Amino acid sequence: MKEKWDINRMIGLVLVSIALLLVVVGIFYTPYDPNAMSASLKNKAPSMAHWFGTDYMGRDILSRVMDGAGTTFFVGICTVCIGAVFGSIIGAVTGYFGGILDEIIMRFNDCVASFPSILLALVLVSLIGPGKYNIILALGILFIPSFARVMRSEFIKQKEMDYVKNARLMGASHARIMFLHILPNTRTILLSTITIGFNNAVLAEAGMSYLSLGVQPPDASLGRMLSEAQGYLLNAPWFAIFPGLMIVITVLGFSLLNERRGQHE
Amino acid sequence: MKWMKKILSLIITLFVVSLVTFFAFRVIPGDSAIAKLGLEASEEQIEALREQMGLNDNLLVQYGRFLSGAVQGDFGESTQYNVPVSSLIADRFPVTAWLAALSFLLIVVISLPLGILASKKENGIIDRGITLLTQTLMAIPSFFLGIIIMLVFGVILKWFAPGDYVKPSENFGQFLSYMIFPALAVSIPKIAMMVKFLKTSVLRELRLDYVRTAKSKGQTKNVILYRHVLKNALMPVITFLGMITAESLAGSIVVEQVFNLPGMGRLLVTAIFNRDYPVVQAAVLYIAAIVVLINFGVDVLYRKVDPRIA
Amino acid sequence: MKRSKSILLFLLLSLTIALSGCGGDTKGNKGDNKESGNGTPIEDDTTAESNKTPVYGGSVIVGIQNDLDSLDPHKAKSAGTREVLFNMFEGLVKPDKDGNLVPAVAKDVIISKDGKTLSFPLRENVKFHNGAFVTVDDVIYSIKRCAGLLETSDPEVKVERALSCITSVEEYKTEDGKLGVQIKLNEANNDVVGYLTCAIIPKGYDQMSTKPVGTGPFKFVSYTPLQNLVMEKNPDYYVEGLPYLDQVTFKVSANTDSAMMALLAGNIDVYPYLTAEQANQLKDTYNIKKGAMNLVQGLYLNNAVEPFNNKLVRQAMCYAIDRQMILDMVADGNGTIVGTPIFPQFKKYYAAELADQYAYNVQKAKDLLSEAGYPNGFSFTITVPSNYQFHVDTAQVIVELLKQVGIDTKIQLVEWETWVNDVYAGRNYQSTIVGLDANMTPSNVCFRYVSTDPKNFINYSNPKYDEIYAKAIVEIDDNKKIEYYKQLQQLLSEDAASVYIQDAANIVALNKKLAGYEFYPLYVQDMSLVHYVE
Repeated sequence: MKEKWDINRMIGLVLVSIALLLVVVGIFYTPYDPNAMSASLKNKAPSMAHWFGTDYMGRDILSRVMDGAGTTFFVGICTVCIGAVFGSIIGAVTGYFGGILDEIIMRFNDCVASFPSILLALVLVSLIGPGKYNIILALGILFIPSFARVMRSEFIKQKEMDYVKNARLMGASHARIMFLHILPNTRTILLSTITIGFNNAVLAEAGMSYLSLGVQPPDASLGRMLSEAQGYLLNAPWFAIFPGLMIVITVLGFSLLNERRGQHE
Repeated sequence: MKWMKKILSLIITLFVVSLVTFFAFRVIPGDSAIAKLGLEASEEQIEALREQMGLNDNLLVQYGRFLSGAVQGDFGESTQYNVPVSSLIADRFPVTAWLAALSFLLIVVISLPLGILASKKENGIIDRGITLLTQTLMAIPSFFLGIIIMLVFGVILKWFAPGDYVKPSENFGQFLSYMIFPALAVSIPKIAMMVKFLKTSVLRELRLDYVRTAKSKGQTKNVILYRHVLKNALMPVITFLGMITAESLAGSIVVEQVFNLPGMGRLLVTAIFNRDYPVVQAAVLYIAAIVVLINFGVDVLYRKVDPRIA
Repeated sequence: MKRSKSILLFLLLSLTIALSGCGGDTKGNKGDNKESGNGTPIEDDTTAESNKTPVYGGSVIVGIQNDLDSLDPHKAKSAGTREVLFNMFEGLVKPDKDGNLVPAVAKDVIISKDGKTLSFPLRENVKFHNGAFVTVDDVIYSIKRCAGLLETSDPEVKVERALSCITSVEEYKTEDGKLGVQIKLNEANNDVVGYLTCAIIPKGYDQMSTKPVGTGPFKFVSYTPLQNLVMEKNPDYYVEGLPYLDQVTFKVSANTDSAMMALLAGNIDVYPYLTAEQANQLKDTYNIKKGAMNLVQGLYLNNAVEPFNNKLVRQAMCYAIDRQMILDMVADGNGTIVGTPIFPQFKKYYAAELADQYAYNVQKAKDLLSEAGYPNGFSFTITVPSNYQFHVDTAQVIVELLKQVGIDTKIQLVEWETWVNDVYAGRNYQSTIVGLDANMTPSNVCFRYVSTDPKNFINYSNPKYDEIYAKAIVEIDDNKKIEYYKQLQQLLSEDAASVYIQDAANIVALNKKLAGYEFYPLYVQDMSLVHYVE
């Protein structure tokens, strides 16, 4: 199918580019020190000096959004990697082979999955302490079961298909069939799950920040900023709008982009 | 025979959950005796209370006591409220259950038609509009969505009074009309996920050979969609729906905080902060058990619908 | 009303902490009759309310931030619980809004010359909420329960260590034949009276945790965990004309933000402990009143660990932290800067001049750091209880301030229970930010700096301090006592035991139809005085 000019995909591309640009530039340069405070600049509306305004501590919101988005991206990417790698392996093995192993691992998977994610995060973070890397670890573990489940049902479905049977007749090893034959065919679902995973990681980071388990202050993250901003919705709405917008841009952009790519390949 | 095995594995799962729950909360720093007595308590007082609460016993002994009680529905007494944990849960569970049920209803009622509508005409205006809308809503953190819903419907439009929660036993209608708003906060992100998943699933089916065959036989698009495609496309959706229900329960933990609802989530979070072990254990076990049961149900349903996995 | 009581209390006033408007102490009146201390003056915008006539009846909803930890006043541990239970329970004496101890269940307080015998004739018309009259046995039981002197003690009862000097509690008859209670101490200690605010409850009553019974202006109706506590007017209350309201509901909010929503929607009548920012959003729909929090927020340093075991480092910290900046950043300039652990409401004991001991001076801080052997600074961690945004914000300001003298600061947020375990009980920390409150006795603040005290969580140790404290506690002469406590504060300040920051402002939102809300010099929400106006 020839690819058409697609408005949603273009929107996605633009949004992702904006987000990535801010993040990448933010690594090397921010207009102000993201943590520098000033009592005289508290809760100032957007202006030429401070494009996004300032927060309740007089910190420049643009700088903090750039800095915070970097943290959030880092958390999201690492989390999804942990979830996708381990989840796919577990899902592939259990789905492909089935049997007792499947039963045991999926039951265990159910155990992990049956803990409400926020609760498990609460437990894990209480054990290992809060902080950027611990959040990644906790969320990463949380994401394994969902990847495993999706990949398992995908492998169960695919293994009955003719091309797998043919490959087996031709003497291909199980590992070869699983990872060279079946895995590429699950890419639509895998990509879709990864997008959802990344989105969830970004959103979960926000949720953890709401329960004050996320990235520790004074470091900025989008979730932390948003959670700090909720008390200022009426008198300093820009404090919530810009980090909120950045989350929406990121999550929306990736899902729009991913959705179209997934279907045209 | 097959069912016995299923149920056995269900019991094993619950057992593991109870084990994990029990020990996880014994490793966390924090001691419910100190929590109960406060800052100025002396060593002797704390020791005496630990003894009385049985915290000095061997961990395995404590676990045995917990498990045998739990089987009989007795989770001991809340260390904070001095009332049986089971009565605390009995009070709060309906709130969370209603919240989850309402959310589930909203998810299914809204996302199924939207999903089908969106997949009917790929890349049409409707598809693009629905995609854009649902994806945007999905991109907002749920606690923030809750706050916005409160601000818009509660403070500005005054359709409901934030914080003015009514017990279901007092006035069920009022209770439901209040619960709609937190349920909205729980379900909106899930609706978007569901629509997207459903659409992906339908479109994937549409590209399979049998659809082409059906098309070449001259069957109309709608007939193909509703007779053949939908049935197959719903297969992964069922698994997904189970997951989403579990997620809704989890999501309610945060949303209950935002809307100040006295449900399981708030009970749980408060109990964790207060080191009220008996309540934490019981609440986690309760929620976990429900999720396991839902997953079990989904598994059964899945096998029923899809003959290939018999 | 206050005036008629204070005559009765003349003796007590001069002996205990209280400030007094009616003379009697000559030294302590420096801070009297005005909001003390430096910093921004505290004002409120409800000046007109006293002109309106109070109306009886009606009900109010008071928002509280934390659920109650117990309904039994002897088991309640958090300040948040005590401030609610204050409305249902009373001791032999109770504090009034000026910080005076006034007789409650007792009719009078008589202290013997040697200070070892306290006699309390009882009021005759005091009834419990269950209808029974308060008897001597009830009083003896209640005090013994608080002091841990009952034969079978309930381990959950919070035993007041300050009451451990009690040797006996017995019935006695006054000269005119009235009944009373006499308390004997093993040594002179007039601070004890301050702890006899402990609630009087019916002897042997075992449903205190579920159906509390007391003698206060309001009686218990119902309690739903995580939701609310409802109390109604006690028609038998012995003070004529109080309370005004028929019903008070204390409603628990999951957090300040959900409470804010309820406030914006007008569903809460009284809500204390707002931030300046929140108050701004409510100023059109509510009356905003400002008072003091009556606690000392400080950066408490663990004096036993590197680098804070070095006095020079601690002093450098004091110089490097701009407390006015903290006030401006986190409280919009509201609050009072302090330089000692005793807060300004202690008035005659409070050493106001110490607030300027370590005026903000980056150069001095740097010099002191070099002298201490840290010319390039060092790095350390502040452990902060995460449920107090106020402290978390303060920590963030401190991080920035210390950056300027080369100190690299990390913030570690912990849950409150973890804080209690690790920091307060375990003393396993470098520094922490909290606010420490106290009842109205100065020993209640100063005991924790005694080197051997189990609650000396900052590990402060100075033999001279221990010596003076021991003298202060048994001293009966008020002027000398004040002198001792000032010396103690001086020592803490010289040693820079910790960085004392401020007594924060308490901002309260009040329904515009309500009046009579009074700020107490301690953590209390007195609903008996609150009333609707025409």
